[in-house]
Amino acid sequence: MAQEYKLILKHADAPGYTPDIECYLRHGGYATLRKALALTPKNLADGKTLSAPEQIREEVKVSGLRGRGGAGFSCGLKWSFVDRKSGKPIYLICNADESEPGTFKDRQIMHKDPHQLVEGMILSCFANDVHLAYIYIRGEMVEGAKILNQALKEARAKGFLGKNISGSGYDLEMHVHRGAGAYICGEETGLIESLEGKRPYPRIKPPYFPAVLGLWMCPTIVNNVETLCNVKHIVEMGGAAFAQLGTPNNTGTRIVSLSGHVQRPGYYEIEIGKATIGELIHDPKFGGGLRPGRTLKAVIPGGSSAKVFKAGEKFKLKKKDAEGKEILVETDMLDLPYDFDSLAAAGSMSGSSAIIVMDDSTDIVEALANISEFYAHESCGQCTPCREGSLWMSKTLHRLTHGEGRAGDADYLVKIADNIPGGRTICAFGEACSWPVQSFVAKFKDEFVAKGAADEARRAQQAAAPAGQKPLAAAHH
Amino acid sequence: MSTAALTETKSAPPVEKIKVKVDGREIEVPKTMPDPISGKPVPTTMIQACEIAKQEVPHYCYHPKLPVVGNCRMCLVEYGTPALGPDRKPVFNPDGTPKIAKSPRPAISCATPISPGMEIYTSTPGVKQMREGVLESLLINHPLDCTICDQAGECKLQEYSVDHGQSASRFVEAKVHKPKAVDLGPRIMLDAERCILCTRCIRFTKDIAGDDALGIINRGSFNTIATFPGMPFDNNYTLNTVDLCPVGALTSKDFRFKMRVWFLKETKSLCTSCGTGCNTVIGSREEKIQRYTPRENDAVNGPWMCDAGRLNYKWIGRDDRLKNVLVRGQKSTWTAALTEISEKLKNAPAGSVAIIASARQTNEELWLLSKLKAKLGAVSDSIARSGAEDKLLVSEDKNPNTNGARLTGICYTEMGINLVKIADGIAQGKIKTLIVFGENIIQRAVSNEKLRERETISEVVDEHGITAELLAKLDALIVSDILPNETTRLAHYLLPGCAHAEKRGTFTNVNGRVQKFMKAVEAPGDARAEWEFLHDLVFQVTGQNGFATMEGLFNTMAADVPAFKGLAWASLGDTGVTVEI
Ligand SMILES: Cc1cc2nc3c(=O)[nH]c(=O)nc-3n(C[C@H](O)[C@H](O)[C@H](O)COP(=O)(O)O)c2cc1C
Ligand code: SF4
Ligand code: SF4
Ligand code: SF4
Ligand code: FES
Repeated sequence: MAQEYKLILKHADAPGYTPDIECYLRHGGYATLRKALALTPKNLADGKTLSAPEQIREEVKVSGLRGRGGAGFSCGLKWSFVDRKSGKPIYLICNADESEPGTFKDRQIMHKDPHQLVEGMILSCFANDVHLAYIYIRGEMVEGAKILNQALKEARAKGFLGKNISGSGYDLEMHVHRGAGAYICGEETGLIESLEGKRPYPRIKPPYFPAVLGLWMCPTIVNNVETLCNVKHIVEMGGAAFAQLGTPNNTGTRIVSLSGHVQRPGYYEIEIGKATIGELIHDPKFGGGLRPGRTLKAVIPGGSSAKVFKAGEKFKLKKKDAEGKEILVETDMLDLPYDFDSLAAAGSMSGSSAIIVMDDSTDIVEALANISEFYAHESCGQCTPCREGSLWMSKTLHRLTHGEGRAGDADYLVKIADNIPGGRTICAFGEACSWPVQSFVAKFKDEFVAKGAADEARRAQQAAAPAGQKPLAAAHH
Repeated sequence: MSTAALTETKSAPPVEKIKVKVDGREIEVPKTMPDPISGKPVPTTMIQACEIAKQEVPHYCYHPKLPVVGNCRMCLVEYGTPALGPDRKPVFNPDGTPKIAKSPRPAISCATPISPGMEIYTSTPGVKQMREGVLESLLINHPLDCTICDQAGECKLQEYSVDHGQSASRFVEAKVHKPKAVDLGPRIMLDAERCILCTRCIRFTKDIAGDDALGIINRGSFNTIATFPGMPFDNNYTLNTVDLCPVGALTSKDFRFKMRVWFLKETKSLCTSCGTGCNTVIGSREEKIQRYTPRENDAVNGPWMCDAGRLNYKWIGRDDRLKNVLVRGQKSTWTAALTEISEKLKNAPAGSVAIIASARQTNEELWLLSKLKAKLGAVSDSIARSGAEDKLLVSEDKNPNTNGARLTGICYTEMGINLVKIADGIAQGKIKTLIVFGENIIQRAVSNEKLRERETISEVVDEHGITAELLAKLDALIVSDILPNETTRLAHYLLPGCAHAEKRGTFTNVNGRVQKFMKAVEAPGDARAEWEFLHDLVFQVTGQNGFATMEGLFNTMAADVPAFKGLAWASLGDTGVTVEI
């Protein structure tokens, strides 16, 4: 039976747990940091010696930790790309921009257990020879920024930040930087530009890979809040023990933000892959099922940019049988284990681990119109296909949801969307804005066609009606 | 200008070459090429390789002299790289050729470095479809009013849409409306609806002109180029953004709506407003100059020129241009005047003639004057002009041909030090004839007493003592100029000359670049190219001949002036040759 597994959120919601450092220390906080700073060089069998930072990096590699921000990229591998020979400082940035619609996990950590993040960051910085780090927090999160600033102040006062941390000789400074409220500031290179005081225009890669040419053109690590918290636990329990959590290649836990038409919307931390989408929706420990009398219509499994699943949709997933042979197993959407690889195999993604549930009361065209409006508003406007395509799709959907639709709009939408993703744009926002359109229309085409056709029929009727009775044309965007 | 971009690459060490294939054709390209801003070697990109392969890849935001941003996505191509086996060793086809792994994703050719064995595909159906997609996106919110757009004929949107677009748009929504006729600064107008947001203008002014004056406001499809509130786009290079703008979004207030560009006659020329000698194209119609635009020359100005130089053409068409040959105020003819002058000069005792030439004259004209000088034993000099310089192009020397005046022996390295001698000679009655070319000498004359006071505290020789009172002592004041001034009004012989746009010739810029310019328009009235009548005069006075054409004149001069040894008119090409100065 699927269970919650509270690793990151172990204390956050415990009665009496407060975000101040005294409380954190009472719960064993910063012990891992002290331990890590005291690590001595380790001699390996092959005669090589691993410094303390290298040992932490090794543990992170062994842990199999994958990024929790959206792409699920291996954290150990990301850290291994860092240019350590450039002679330039290395920076670390915590991506706390959390703005993918449906996602509200990072803020739980920042609001309720900020020192866990700070400790995870100090460890990650120490592991990567970083002496200056930033927490880039979404502009709207005024309260979160206050709490984090307070946490930094406390950590500084206790000697966990600043010069010669806990007598180790290691120096680290850390700052909170507030964004001004733009989704694209969550994209790591857009974030870096914003942090540099510029418009958050994502950078082209090549050549501006953050690990080589990041903040101020120096090697830079960007990791999500939850990812960095995990580093604390990896150092604490060891990479191998961490890798035992979750499922192979999908190790550890994830905090799932569950929203929409369920009885118990909220955030639930699970071992990755040890609960299915169905369990997350229906299990009384999680979503507790749909509202009475409703049936499931659709699920967006990884934040609003992920491709939608239709209720009843079936996928052929590769599995190993008893003899270890690969076989294809037909799996219902609800039976997909909630992990990185299964959702990718089913053509979508776990993204920011935000599940949005829609029951049969949902007008799917309205739902997509809402999503598209968001992306049209948030495109930075740098690349032609995304800039123009995102608004074009949104305008079309606005028309379609305001009585001005055409039966052909379904195909029209897909054609617009097809021009955007797949490497045609600078950043993955191109995918983020086109995948919902592609998947919604592909999976619910009849509803789009029906809406457009009904509008056409009504307009034809009105055109035939006596003069003076014609309604005003629906407002355009 | 970053010196790196302007210095020739001849001293650079040889660059390693690698082989790539462009649309199936193998070519060898340098592994690195200089970065447009820093000049440091950076990996060669696909678009550069394609250019070497003479395979055009359409592009908007990419410009070889600007930092790469990769935002328009017009240059997307498909590509493959040699496949590697599990052992990281190359895999071969049965026929022994390396197996190519085609990338599942396209790449922007303007920013993607090449690698050995890479294959670039610029014309596959996939690439064409991507281009169509980009063009369609660019056009949906574009006004499509080419008939009234100033860029028509020079517009990359128009051009690429014909070459790479699809005929019909599917767009049925309302267009985004943005500000039109925005006054960005004293010389630039913006039509934000025409703008395709390539950011060339932003990058130019920030990274080349060093003035971070332009930016983008709003988001997404509503993005709009703007200046900071209350801070107009006003540096000395703003008009370059008009050249850079691939569409008709940025227009020059001076030129907009003047005329269709295809009516312009284009003539290769030079800017004469400072010693840099930016290469230009003169756009003219019906003997009237309409605009100057920069002509790319990496040894001089790159593709840029300054606004002051670009707009300094209107004086050429002024109504009060000198159009008549005047002898003692009476209208005369070239033959009559030149005969009279040459008689005078032939009979002038040695040392009784002085010449003040202009460093705005051509090498050939100055050399012809130096022939007169030699024959007459004349003292000669020229008048310096200086002003503010900047980091990019503008030189502190406001004469276009200071080095020409020096190399032909008209003046010393320090221009103007002979002027005192000339003033004294006139005052003492030794100098009876003064020849002045293109300089209103009275303008900068101060009385001798004042000048002497000044010279004790400064070495400035811009000023001199040749005042109107002194000129009144001369037997003959021979003046050639283009526009009337105090000196031309005092002339006994007035010979109307030509602006550079009305003749051919060469200048030697501050770095010793000898560059030629061609004739764009006819001179007004009886005005004649100075080299032509100087040639006649020199022939009549000295008997020297044999260079009645510009080519012949230049080549004869080159043989005579040590610094110009080995040069020939034909070998100057369009971008000139640098000589030792
Ligand atoms: C349009 C866009 C928005 C993004 N927004 C966020 C965000 O709000 N928070 C986040 O952690 N990552 C976001 N990302 C992912 C980041 O670019 C980056 O991959 C991530 O911060 C890396 O951290 P991780 O490896 O720890 O996941 C976004 C990516 C894109 C393309
Ligand atoms: S894909 Fe969209 S959001 Fe990303 S850089 Fe391009 S225009 Fe901006
Ligand atoms: S004004 Fe012209 S140069 Fe500037 S961004 Fe727009 S299209 Fe590009
Ligand atoms: S820099 Fe000098 S030569 Fe160049 S355009 Fe300006 S004034 Fe003319
Ligand atoms: S030319 Fe614009 S993306 Fe390459």
